[in-house]
Amino acid sequence: MNPAYSVIIFTTASGAGYGLLIGLAGAVALGLVPRDPALGFVGLGLALTLVTIGLLTSTFHLGRPERTWRAVSQWRSSWLSREGIAALVTYLPAGALGLGWVFGEIVPGQIAVAAVLSMLCALATIWCTGMIYSSLPTIRAWHQPLVAPIYLVLALATGGVLLTGLLAAFGNPARWAAAASLLALAAGWVMKSRYWSSIDAARKSYTAEAATGLGSLGTVRPLDPPHTQPNFVMREMGFQVARRHAEKLRRISNVLLFALPLAAGLLLSLDLPGFGRIALAALSVLSATAGVLIERWLFFAEAEHVVMLYYRGGAA
Amino acid sequence: MTSLPERTEKKLGLVIDLDTCVGCHACATSCKEWNAGGYSAPLTDQDPQGSDPHGAWLNRIHSYEVGEGPESRTVHFPRSCLHCETPACVTVCPTGASYKRASDGIVLVNPDTCIGCKLCSWACPYGAREYDYDDGVMKKCTLCIDRIYNETFAPEDRIPACVRACPTGARHFGDLGDPDSAVSRLVREREGFDLLPEIGYRPVNKYLPPRPRRDRAAEPVLAAMEPPSARSSDSLVDRFFSWADKTLAR
Repeated sequence: MNPAYSVIIFTTASGAGYGLLIGLAGAVALGLVPRDPALGFVGLGLALTLVTIGLLTSTFHLGRPERTWRAVSQWRSSWLSREGIAALVTYLPAGALGLGWVFGEIVPGQIAVAAVLSMLCALATIWCTGMIYSSLPTIRAWHQPLVAPIYLVLALATGGVLLTGLLAAFGNPARWAAAASLLALAAGWVMKSRYWSSIDAARKSYTAEAATGLGSLGTVRPLDPPHTQPNFVMREMGFQVARRHAEKLRRISNVLLFALPLAAGLLLSLDLPGFGRIALAALSVLSATAGVLIERWLFFAEAEHVVMLYYRGGAA
Repeated sequence: MTSLPERTEKKLGLVIDLDTCVGCHACATSCKEWNAGGYSAPLTDQDPQGSDPHGAWLNRIHSYEVGEGPESRTVHFPRSCLHCETPACVTVCPTGASYKRASDGIVLVNPDTCIGCKLCSWACPYGAREYDYDDGVMKKCTLCIDRIYNETFAPEDRIPACVRACPTGARHFGDLGDPDSAVSRLVREREGFDLLPEIGYRPVNKYLPPRPRRDRAAEPVLAAMEPPSARSSDSLVDRFFSWADKTLAR
């Protein structure tokens, strides 16, 4: 599948934004952070900015962005529609949480309710994003039970790394944030490794013989293509990444997204001077950002679509 | 609404005969010609005179080499929307622009509400939907709804443009939900099949397999051309030439 930059930026930015929102809201609900308006403003502001940048970027992928509002109508059948609704609804409790935290407009009990609702809505949105991909039977690498949980855990991991950095910048040692991020990063590493070995081992069950229904006559090999230049179908679904490159990129992604932030998180649980904490947390944020961008690029680039059997033959 | 109708009154579709298709692309070009002006208009091309010409077409003709050795053959394979009974291209649509008609089962895109998210093309294993880069919306086979119900046309013209254009009669149009229709009988007689039934979209369009070959392979001709070898029953002249052949070959 073509790794469109708009969709890569959308899923990674909004994923980290929702992860950060979940972390902040959870911390507020459990009383782990001081009711500091500046932290609330910067933290929730950053989370909602990332989410909004992601959502706006996703509209660049559309042919008719001015009609985006129509996408909230088909929640009965479409995961994309459900995602749109969940994304819009999330702004309500997140906004209420912001009002309460930053401006003190609502009482503590209500803040806790807004925090819990923010977490649930953000979790639902990320889940819908994962389901858009994993519900498609035409793409074997996406039609996997681990796809949606990985979207969830990577959003929590990248959001947790951001939260750790934010709290370090505010001079808050917050070892709980580093510890929670460590858990999400470790879970993400395990799940992503399992995902990769599972798509490598899976049988390529769709063949050109099945696609054309001509298998009873022998193997089917493309002879004359229908057109001389790639059409939309080939441009959108014919992207191929060399296996050698994919393996290298998987290793780089593992180091940047998981290994480095894990090491940084362990160091952050030690007693470090304030400047060291901030530098380490910033390094961790940069590394995880680069790592998750590569992970998401690979998620698209490695996915083979059944339709390419008509053009390339073989199996998918 | 992108929820699928529970049942459709008719199942209009195509039956494509892979035995008689000669791969002339007349169905594809007449489809492009008709639909560039009909329901699907504009059906745009990009860079048509340049180095990378491409555009939205609703029907594509592949040619395959099938089987091995003397038994191999060329099969031409037209590919377009199969108007599936349970297609995910419809259910994944976030706007309701993609829908399946309860009256005749035709799968359509409403060009006024499509946002061009392309998710339907990801959901389709048959590559039936193409994005119109200039129009910003998805285009697909409409079974020529603007021909088949067009009462200003002569009855013989109220069929999809591809069927009308086929010079070998390899394309048939009709109601596949009616077991007594000509297309349903054809599918039964010729053992018509579905493409990728394991995906589970239940295509309405059917393909008829190539018939068994009647010409035989070329081995007997080749065997007659092998060099002569001396046998006791051969005449003296044959044995002389056989000896000469062997001697000269040393």
